[in-house]
Amino acid sequence: MMKMRKKWLSLLLLTVLTVGSALSLTGCHGREGLEPFVIPEEFDTSREYDITFWAKNDTNKTQTMIYEQAIADFEALYPNINVNLRLYTDYGRIYNDVITNIATNTTPNVCITYPDHIATYLTGDNQVAPLEELLVDGKYGLGGSEVRFDAPTKEEIIPKFLEECEFGGHYYAMPYMRSTEACYINKTYVEALGYTLPEKLTWDFVWEVSDAATKQDAEGNYLVNGQKVMIPFIYKSTDNMMIQMLRQKDAGYSTKEGQMLLFNDTTKELLFDIADHVKLGAFSTFKISSYPANFLNAGQCIFAIDSTAGATWMGTDAPLCDISEEKIVEFEIEVMEIPQFDPENPEMISQGPSVCIFNKEDPQEVMASWLFMQYLLTNKVQIAYAQTEGYAPVTSKAQQDPQYLDYLSRGGEDNELYYDVKIEATEILLDNVDNTFVTPVFNGSASLRDAAGQLIENTVKSVRRKQTVDEAYMESLYSDTISLYRLDQLESQGGALGADKAALGEMPGTSVILLSSLGVAWILIILYVGCQMIKKKRNNQ
Amino acid sequence: MKKITALLMAVLMVFGLTACGSEDINAKSEGVMTYAEYAAAELDSAVVIEGYVQAKQSWWNNSATVYLQDGEGAYFVYNMVCSEEDYAKLEQGTKIKVTGYKTEWAGEVEVAEGATFEIMDGNYVAEAQDVTSLLGTDELIDNQNKFVAFKDMTVEASTDANGNEVAYLYKWDGSGQDGDDLYFYVSLNGEKYQFTVESYLCDNTTDVYAAVKNLKVGDVVDMEGFLYWYEGVNPHITSVTVK
Repeated sequence: MMKMRKKWLSLLLLTVLTVGSALSLTGCHGREGLEPFVIPEEFDTSREYDITFWAKNDTNKTQTMIYEQAIADFEALYPNINVNLRLYTDYGRIYNDVITNIATNTTPNVCITYPDHIATYLTGDNQVAPLEELLVDGKYGLGGSEVRFDAPTKEEIIPKFLEECEFGGHYYAMPYMRSTEACYINKTYVEALGYTLPEKLTWDFVWEVSDAATKQDAEGNYLVNGQKVMIPFIYKSTDNMMIQMLRQKDAGYSTKEGQMLLFNDTTKELLFDIADHVKLGAFSTFKISSYPANFLNAGQCIFAIDSTAGATWMGTDAPLCDISEEKIVEFEIEVMEIPQFDPENPEMISQGPSVCIFNKEDPQEVMASWLFMQYLLTNKVQIAYAQTEGYAPVTSKAQQDPQYLDYLSRGGEDNELYYDVKIEATEILLDNVDNTFVTPVFNGSASLRDAAGQLIENTVKSVRRKQTVDEAYMESLYSDTISLYRLDQLESQGGALGADKAALGEMPGTSVILLSSLGVAWILIILYVGCQMIKKKRNNQ
Repeated sequence: MKKITALLMAVLMVFGLTACGSEDINAKSEGVMTYAEYAAAELDSAVVIEGYVQAKQSWWNNSATVYLQDGEGAYFVYNMVCSEEDYAKLEQGTKIKVTGYKTEWAGEVEVAEGATFEIMDGNYVAEAQDVTSLLGTDELIDNQNKFVAFKDMTVEASTDANGNEVAYLYKWDGSGQDGDDLYFYVSLNGEKYQFTVESYLCDNTTDVYAAVKNLKVGDVVDMEGFLYWYEGVNPHITSVTVK
């Protein structure tokens, strides 16, 4: 966790602003470079394969060790496949590097990623191997007869998680781990303020308590904690915040076809509401203030919303912590689902890493990648990795494994493997799989997501800087954000998947003009050559 | 005549040298804050500062992160708007004027992302200020972001991902790889402090990165670097010398 902000932000910006230009290159290169992947009859085990695996961990050494162990175990089963691990700590960096490497045909073989990102990779033809045939291949598919380990079957992958990896009519990834967001609450302070936590958290409740917590004494100390610092409500991922709020309100965000609906009146209302609470000092964000966990553990925050995969940083007894011991405050922590507008019909994001495999000229190499990807879905890897954070395994095979059930039942036995906050956070996801959702994936969906967060970040920043946040401000915010993320250009390109070009619809006007010009030029060239030939013939006569 | 000319030239040279040496590194243009005014300014308020570039940390797509300093204090400017061409002009010592907002992130006071700048006349490279004796005191933070030195500190053991005692870690918990930030502990008078080689400021091709990778537990070292803050002091080292 430490110090991640600097690089993450920089990369995010870089990515957003360079992807557009990189795509034109990758698209061309891909078209010339790769044939569609076809499953070979047999996997040739007489050959040696070197494959690269770009993995993401949460700056968590246990996760690194699990990857290393998984590779060692896999290589023992397949001595002819050598897996080279490259570690990343954020998805943005992987995304950026993949984009760069598509242009030079040096993509990794296996890559942890987000479906939004895959949609961008797909703008280069055949760059990512589709998996639907591999999944059910009798010999090498999930649980196939020639697979040398106990893999899950397709049916044993949680259907909802598998669906998240299907777009453009193909499976382009497999889920690896799943998480959602949770609200980590300083219950001690909630009660000190005279409130009782409801069974289901609502936005109204969170805002009311947060506003109440901003009261200070004459010396500037907050009444609730006696400290000079108190940010009652901090949200880690403001893109998720906006996306979930809109979903809960049944308002527009985007469509499967790539239509971007984010910039609507509900969004504006939400931003005005957020601005009101920022004015009181009740709300801030990770990008503006720092990690919610640091404030929560220092008794300087009451509601910290972060991924369930950040649970090991939350609470007085958290096994991971970035602040010094003397700053940590004793408090009772409660882990709840994120706030809802309609608690009877909760909705929350499904997130977490997926894995894709990149296509190569040699289909045998792709097969080696597929076998390794499949190995990541085995119980040994799934259970071990899920236990490192508030992650859920993505297979029912792992979720129902006695070892995993035993793990879940032992929450609170210690503050390491059985850390209760982590297990409670995991259970939030396990109990709410049917209430989770993902946003539509299309070329540009990653930028739209960033824009959703940026709207909140800019509004919060502006209020803190005492700038006027009114209708005119919102108008300008919308147009600036659209321009920053080039959303108008993306939408005019159809925002559709590269792999599903039939769905692109009518060609943009500029392309029509360009292609028409080329056509006219060819006609003129042919006419000229024709005339020259006739002339030559006449001269010869 | 020759003697008079020589005398005149000598006088001019003396004046010239005096003028060069007398650049007031704390003087500010109109409308620009002194360091004291900047330090007193509220968070999230608009600020205009002038300082001399001491180090460039990174440039990404028209955003530059730099350390500035004048004779009174130092500034960390995070992701200011900067073309690649202008970034190349920001040599160590270059004076710039920055307009933006003051903010704080995890204890690090900085000029927030999106500030603008212009290059000014003037040049100053700060000597590293020895702040060893301030470690563990409340006064240390007054030197935040300055180019500083630490003397005679002892390298302490860190525990790597496999539970081994080592002199440094890739990333704070040992979960990283070559090219990532290096973290290591040093002690003075029984107190341990975590120091960092920030890989954007000094990547794995730099001398300091290599030097830290050669450290051994128990080595006594002198170090220089920038007094960065992350939930407490977290110096970003630019040189280390084993004694």
